[in-house]
Amino acid sequence: MAPPIPPPPAISLHDAVALSGRFPLLAGVDLEVAPGETVLVEGPNGAGKTSLLRVCAGLVGVSAGRVRVLGLDPNRRRTQVRRRVGLLSHASHLYDDLTVRENVRFAVRAAGADPGRIDGACARLGLTGRLLTTSASKLSAGQRRRVALAVLVARWPELWLLDEPHAGLDATARATLDQLIGEASAAGVTVVIASHEADVVGSLATRAVVITGGRVTGERTLGPPVAGRPAAAEPAGPAGDIPLPGPVAHVA
Amino acid sequence: MTTITDVGTPTPVTACPVPSPRARWTVRIIGISAAVGVALTVWLGLWVTPPDQTQGDLVRLVYIHPGVAWVALYLAFGLAAVASLLYLWPRTRSMFWDRLAAASVEVGVVFNICTLISGSIWGKPTWGVYWAWDARLTLTAILLVLFLGYMALRRVPADPEKRARRSAFVALFAAVDIPIDHFSVLWWKTLHQGATVLNPDLSPTIHGSMAWTLLISFVALTLAFVWMLLVRYRIGVIEDWLAANELDVALLERQSEGVAPAPDLGLERPPVPEGAR
Amino acid sequence: MWRDTVLVAGKDLRIEARSRVALSQVAPFGVVALVMFAFALGPDRATMAKGAAGLFWVAVLFCTVLAVQRSVSVESVDGARDGLRLSGLDPAGLFLGKAAAVAAQLVVLEVVLGVGVTVLYGARIEAPWLILASCVLGTIGLAATGTLYGALSAGLRVKETLLPFLLLPIAIPVLLAGTRIWQAALAGGVPADGTPWLRLLVVFDAVYLALGVVVYGPIQESA
Repeated sequence: MAPPIPPPPAISLHDAVALSGRFPLLAGVDLEVAPGETVLVEGPNGAGKTSLLRVCAGLVGVSAGRVRVLGLDPNRRRTQVRRRVGLLSHASHLYDDLTVRENVRFAVRAAGADPGRIDGACARLGLTGRLLTTSASKLSAGQRRRVALAVLVARWPELWLLDEPHAGLDATARATLDQLIGEASAAGVTVVIASHEADVVGSLATRAVVITGGRVTGERTLGPPVAGRPAAAEPAGPAGDIPLPGPVAHVA
Repeated sequence: MTTITDVGTPTPVTACPVPSPRARWTVRIIGISAAVGVALTVWLGLWVTPPDQTQGDLVRLVYIHPGVAWVALYLAFGLAAVASLLYLWPRTRSMFWDRLAAASVEVGVVFNICTLISGSIWGKPTWGVYWAWDARLTLTAILLVLFLGYMALRRVPADPEKRARRSAFVALFAAVDIPIDHFSVLWWKTLHQGATVLNPDLSPTIHGSMAWTLLISFVALTLAFVWMLLVRYRIGVIEDWLAANELDVALLERQSEGVAPAPDLGLERPPVPEGAR
Repeated sequence: MWRDTVLVAGKDLRIEARSRVALSQVAPFGVVALVMFAFALGPDRATMAKGAAGLFWVAVLFCTVLAVQRSVSVESVDGARDGLRLSGLDPAGLFLGKAAAVAAQLVVLEVVLGVGVTVLYGARIEAPWLILASCVLGTIGLAATGTLYGALSAGLRVKETLLPFLLLPIAIPVLLAGTRIWQAALAGGVPADGTPWLRLLVVFDAVYLALGVVVYGPIQESA
């Protein structure tokens, strides 16, 4: 059953070519992501998954073709797009000399989000107690990932771009991450996940897109996501209260 | 599962842009006029014009030094600054301005060095030293360093558009700095109340045939600059075309990555679409 | 914009407070430079006192290069620069914030170097307000141009060698002005009127601050 008026796509790429020096990262990508969708992006190493996410975040400009994120051109309306988009990349963007709490606080305030959500977000990701006052240089890779995730959760933007989010996380953190993605989908957030873990993410996403050689070369629909949600969801603002860690009703 | 079977028509490798016959002739004529002008200046300067009363034959340097100085300090630099500004301004952004600025700076460096050398040669007999902290020479030296900085920045390997923007910014900052430098150095010389024994006066009184020769020298050197600028610009066009060609080839290769079976690295990944060709 | 300025400046200064690079590495380097100058100019104190103004400002310039490089390298670890871009911070605020942090560090360094010059070269200050004015204005100019060039060279692999080469020629007016003003303010120096130089510094500062506010965003995106 088609929705009465199709909402504008959250992401719209048309024949996008993105360059890094002389090397084409994306060689003509056509992609549309509807708002509220959860999409898995898969492909071999070096295919352009990370570049695709970076283009959507507005970090890399397109030299040919068209890109629209949340209806806006990420190169023209940079600040607006960036405030509404959250990118979880391989790097965690942490300052080594600051503590975890200071890093999260800076990142959240820099993005213009509500600093009151910091405590809840950190607690949700298991960053509590002594960990909060540890200098970022002493963290393991997985812990750094969790800090970056905490920033994302505190900000709760409309569009989440996750680049191999499960990499480096332990079992607890992976479970938390899956819960978070489920909650975000249920709340109407558009989530795009680039991952090699098709089975895990496949249960969270509705669609998988295959990228090879800098182009979209395949697509397949996946089963309905675990957290059932309406077909056309309007993008929601930040979720109300972030639930504290503890048993969460989660359909396995 | 939907698959994309057509990688797309390969982009044709474009032929190297060749200048129109009229453009080629223009450059040739400018080159010839420059050569004629320089030859004329040499003849007039060395043989026809009389030596100066105080400076003797040394004054013949006036047919070189102010000419190259004008080109280096004002023409080359001014052109580079204006071109950089036009590149940065979104309405007029075009690689043409970037190439023009780069060519202008490179040729400007040559003229700048000529200015310093001719100034030095003039200075040794006149002041007794090869270098004096004369306001103009100092400014020329500062400008040379700024030019060299610009060129050093351009040598850093980068995406042509990024390189163009970076260079344009550097040119802009330098352009803004030069007027301030001009006043600083001038005040530095004049407000400095320590006695300066050296009172460099590189402008002897000019009259008669000397004035004409001076004018011709200016025109000839300007033409020489323009000719070198155009040639260097053309080289820039060819360089950029070569680079774009590499890009077309790279695009083709990148796209064909998706069609050919990727090497099996033993990683779990979805099956590559079949039946692509 | 001002909110972002305060946020970024606070972040940079907090990092400095934790790592103490400016205090424990750059300041001693400045003092070492002053000592080197003393060796180079010979043991005659009169010569050194005469050159004190210029040598102070040369040392300040070197320290500026180091402070700016530190300010840039803070952002190059763990993709922090990308993080700043992604957060949607106002680039003008980012510029002013970083420049303010560099300026704050430079002020501390100048105090140390000023003491060094007074002690090592026997310079005596006769017009303290001129000294203060020149330091404040000069610092602003150096911080602004340094932050700008730092951003320009940020993504480059050769930035350590390129930054001084690009920055120092641009900073020449500050060197000239600062030296002249200090010479007017120190005892036994060459008498010179400091006021036109102060005006020059104001113009320099205004120009580069305005440029930075306008241009920092595009520079960031092209790095």
